[in-house]
Amino acid sequence: MFEIKRDWMLYMLLILPMAFFLVFKYVPMYGVTIAFKDFNLFQGILKSPWVGWDVFKEVFSMPEFYRALRNTAMLNLLDLIVGFPAPIILAILLNEIRMNWFKRTAQTILYLPYFLSWIIIGGIVTQLLAPQSGLVNIFFKSLGMLPVPFLTEKWHWLLTYCLVGVWQSSGWGTIIYLAAITSINHELYDAAEVDGAGRLRRIWHITLPGIKNTIIILLILNLGRILTLTFDRPYIIGNSYVIEFSDVLSTFVYRVGLQSMRYSLATAVGLFQSAVGMIFLLVTNFIANKCGEEGIW
Amino acid sequence: MNTRNSEKIFDRIVLSIILFTVILCILPFFHVAAISLSSNSAIIKGKVWLFPVEVSLQTYLDIFRDQYMTGSLFFTVQLTILYTIISMFMTTIAAFPLTQKRLLGRKIFLFLIIFTMFFSGGIIPDYLLVKNLHLTNTIWALILPGMISCFNLIILKTFFNSIPESLLESARLDGCSDLGVLFKIVLPLSTPVLATLGLFYAVSKWNSFQDALFYITEPKLYPIQLKLYQIVQNSLAVDMAVKEGSGTTTNQLPESLKSACVMFATIPIVLVYPWLQRYFVKGVMIGAIKG
Repeated sequence: MFEIKRDWMLYMLLILPMAFFLVFKYVPMYGVTIAFKDFNLFQGILKSPWVGWDVFKEVFSMPEFYRALRNTAMLNLLDLIVGFPAPIILAILLNEIRMNWFKRTAQTILYLPYFLSWIIIGGIVTQLLAPQSGLVNIFFKSLGMLPVPFLTEKWHWLLTYCLVGVWQSSGWGTIIYLAAITSINHELYDAAEVDGAGRLRRIWHITLPGIKNTIIILLILNLGRILTLTFDRPYIIGNSYVIEFSDVLSTFVYRVGLQSMRYSLATAVGLFQSAVGMIFLLVTNFIANKCGEEGIW
Repeated sequence: MNTRNSEKIFDRIVLSIILFTVILCILPFFHVAAISLSSNSAIIKGKVWLFPVEVSLQTYLDIFRDQYMTGSLFFTVQLTILYTIISMFMTTIAAFPLTQKRLLGRKIFLFLIIFTMFFSGGIIPDYLLVKNLHLTNTIWALILPGMISCFNLIILKTFFNSIPESLLESARLDGCSDLGVLFKIVLPLSTPVLATLGLFYAVSKWNSFQDALFYITEPKLYPIQLKLYQIVQNSLAVDMAVKEGSGTTTNQLPESLKSACVMFATIPIVLVYPWLQRYFVKGVMIGAIKG
């Protein structure tokens, strides 16, 4: 009790933040019970009747649910394959630049897309890729090619979705690798140079092994997030023409839940996603720890 | 001689790849900016690439004259400032006690906070909560539910932890209270990371539209991004209608106006961010090294 008296100021400070977590994080956790209820707005969460697993049975019988599940996994996996190596390569190349002013300017510009909203990016993408008026298609037409339906045909859309993601985030992604590279002992490079190793060999034998741990930990973390909620990007870049590929769990929940007001159904889908996501993260973190890494905690 | 030559070639290849990537990053902006400054007839003819044709500032004047646009800009500025102040305050008062190892129950508080990063109620329970608290269609629906970002909290906590314990101890011996330590020692030493987090909070609010999409139906309270979304969405729908040959282009907004709106929401960020870049790179690295 003595400690609590001594630290009363610290506890006072914590009251507001903890109240925030309680009200805005833990109360909604209680709200997931409506996944097991026949929720009715007028009766509220408490008085709506329990229905057991009925809502989940309905969810698991919906073809649209499986489509959204497949798309979530597919888009995230594609992002991982296309988007994961990009910042690593970019960081290694940036590190090889000797002109400091150029390196710094390049970094400033490469980070920029990360700070734009998906709406702005969506606006730019539609301007550039529109089938009739977009710059890219005007260029293709001037070469005598047919316009490419970047945003309205599902396979083209998939490619667009991936590349826009790379464009937005790979510059920012270099920060963490550049940090790892700066912590590599510089004498290793000097020694390799004396031994006659060229630049490529130095990258291969010193830089890459030096950031191997960072790469592994980020890879594991990304794998853990494979079912994570991403709303902005698929919602903005997607459209009714490509819904076959662009409808992911989060947009599905929004459509079914808030637009069609089927609260119980949407909550059940959200709960499924949250639970699977948590299991993924715990497992991958466990693997990270087993690999001798620090993991997330 | 041979090795020096190959060194030179290597340098050139690296430089050109990076240069190409950099150009790829800013070219779209130049194109959109050029369109926003060009006349509509030149745009429709496909004459506008990277430089404006038949330059006019008309679109920007139109935006500034449009009450909905300026109103939503003003609202977004207000929202961003208010949100950033509140979030920084809340994050600071949460992070400081959690770095004090002698605090009883510290681990429990930490666990309760970190757990929310892994499990959440989801969209619908969040929505019902905001609705039940009667926050929908108020500015508070856009501020309160996201006051503290766990990620930012962890960055700040990690930074506070790196301040030498002996410094805080000596202040305490001089009769400084916990609050005094926080305000007189910890915060002045933390300006780089505070600037970083402030920028993160501000940018995230400036860019957010999801919460407004869920909680706001009153057009007066539309943040700039939601406004922009309606404009962009309109353009995509019309473009597809043209492709199908079924739509009419009569009620289509001029391309230059759409581009001007995009620039309008982009320019503030482009102006602020280079000044703070050095800080936030440092700040992120501090957070990353632990992560």
